[in-house]
Amino acid sequence: MFHLELLTVGLIQGAMYAMMALGLTLIYGLLRILHIAHAALFTLGAYAGVLAANAGLGLLPAAIVAVAIGGIAGPLVYLAIYRPLLDKPPYVALIAAIGLLIALEDGFRLVFGPYGLSFDNNPWFISGWMIGGIYLNAVQAAIAVTAIVSIAAFTWFSRRTRAGVAWRATVTDPAMARTFGVEPDRVRILSFAIASMLAAVAGVLIGLLNNLVEPTMGSIIAYKGLAIIVLGGLGNVPGTLVAALLLGVAESFGQTYLDQILDRDAIAFLVLIVVLMVRPQGLFGKAG
Amino acid sequence: MDAYILSLTIFVAINVALALSLNLISGFCGQISLGHAAFYGTGAYVSAILSVSGAPFAVSFVAGGIAAGILGFVVGLASLRVREDFLAITTMGVNFLFVGFVRKQGWLGGEIGISSIPKPMSDAGMATLAWILVAATALLLVAIRRSWLGTGFTMIAQDEQAATSLGLNVGRFKLAAFVMGTAGAGFAGVLYAHVAQLIVPDAFGFVVSISILAMVVVGGIGSIYGVIVGAVLLTLLPELARFANDYKLLIFGALMVVVMLISPGGLAGAVQRLRAR
Repeated sequence: MFHLELLTVGLIQGAMYAMMALGLTLIYGLLRILHIAHAALFTLGAYAGVLAANAGLGLLPAAIVAVAIGGIAGPLVYLAIYRPLLDKPPYVALIAAIGLLIALEDGFRLVFGPYGLSFDNNPWFISGWMIGGIYLNAVQAAIAVTAIVSIAAFTWFSRRTRAGVAWRATVTDPAMARTFGVEPDRVRILSFAIASMLAAVAGVLIGLLNNLVEPTMGSIIAYKGLAIIVLGGLGNVPGTLVAALLLGVAESFGQTYLDQILDRDAIAFLVLIVVLMVRPQGLFGKAG
Repeated sequence: MDAYILSLTIFVAINVALALSLNLISGFCGQISLGHAAFYGTGAYVSAILSVSGAPFAVSFVAGGIAAGILGFVVGLASLRVREDFLAITTMGVNFLFVGFVRKQGWLGGEIGISSIPKPMSDAGMATLAWILVAATALLLVAIRRSWLGTGFTMIAQDEQAATSLGLNVGRFKLAAFVMGTAGAGFAGVLYAHVAQLIVPDAFGFVVSISILAMVVVGGIGSIYGVIVGAVLLTLLPELARFANDYKLLIFGALMVVVMLISPGGLAGAVQRLRAR
């Protein structure tokens, strides 16, 4: 029973990682950029959510506000920071992304204070159910449902809609996509919007789960997200999702059994380094 | 000299040595490392443990540098197996692993760290030693730049495939850069441990790696004098302007973004462009 509980907690954490890593892998697939600043949009979404909720909106409208702000801020990051650097060597965008993340995190600290904000009223935090002997609170259930719905919606979008086909064409061959009338820049803006909306909703949910929104809540997730997309085989969406869930579970077990020798947050990187030694292309990447 | 000024000069020297040693790996050889603080920390911890248990400073000093270089060799060997994009993430992972491991080790002091590390000489002596380390590192970089080793590094940084097809053993060059650069960070760590006399895991966290990288890129990645200027400026900035200390990460982060957007070659690159006009 204890192990079942660890598994559940791990899968829920993994679902949250999946929402973050999906955006990272989308952007890597499109631009070959390691979008570390993705975590700043996660934190931005969380702050938008907690401020809107504490201003009297319900939790659901507050989450919608957060998603909308994420959807606007993400493309702005692309236009202001990444687009001017596309023709530079990859380390240039990487360093700019790191700079942006630490500057924004410090900005959050200066604007909203170092100790973080809590939800005045967080009914999801206190309500929950016993299912098969495992206690699940409403936030955890919401994370699982949101992850499944948003990832299903994304899959439908990329396979069945015109914009989705244009997106996949741009990932595969931007020049060819252009000759078919797809504007790569619009596809990129769209991708940043989708990825950032996912990050924002993940931020709100984690804010609710911990009942705390703090300036650096995104940083560990930013770095772990990169470990996950590497494990999944960079740019490989199904691989990324599996890697996210695996990491969530590995952490929840590791925290219990490895606590004496290793910090929880180091487990992701231990897994990453061990896997890369055996399979340098990642768990699900193609060799070569 | 004022004690505060003296200790400041030591910390400036330590940061210059760190930035120069990272410049060898990331600037000369083009391998972006996001985990330099792990090697800095290895030097600090190994030497602190030795000194606390009674070893002479000379032994601690050499052991700290060698231990960091050995870890650098292992990480370099591992990084040879992965693609270029993965290297940044692997080195970042090494940093998180280092801190996550040290934090849980009772014999390394855990969260509290190691205290009462004996000071081997006066502050003035430590400052002299620190600046000797800086001079030695800078001279080493100048010598490398002028040698066949430096030519190899440049070729790898510019186009790894071309370097391979010209018959260069790319792996060996990268390993050489890693070992020398990380050993340099280890020596800087030894000095830090014996000046501060107290070390904690967080002093070698990822933020420190990023700060070192910020010094390198603001000064001008690949340039020797540029990186020295960058490290001195970014170390003194939070000290000179008290208000800047509160905004340190905001300023470092914003500088990294602005420099990448305006002049990816940093200050040195900007100077070069002005001269070329």
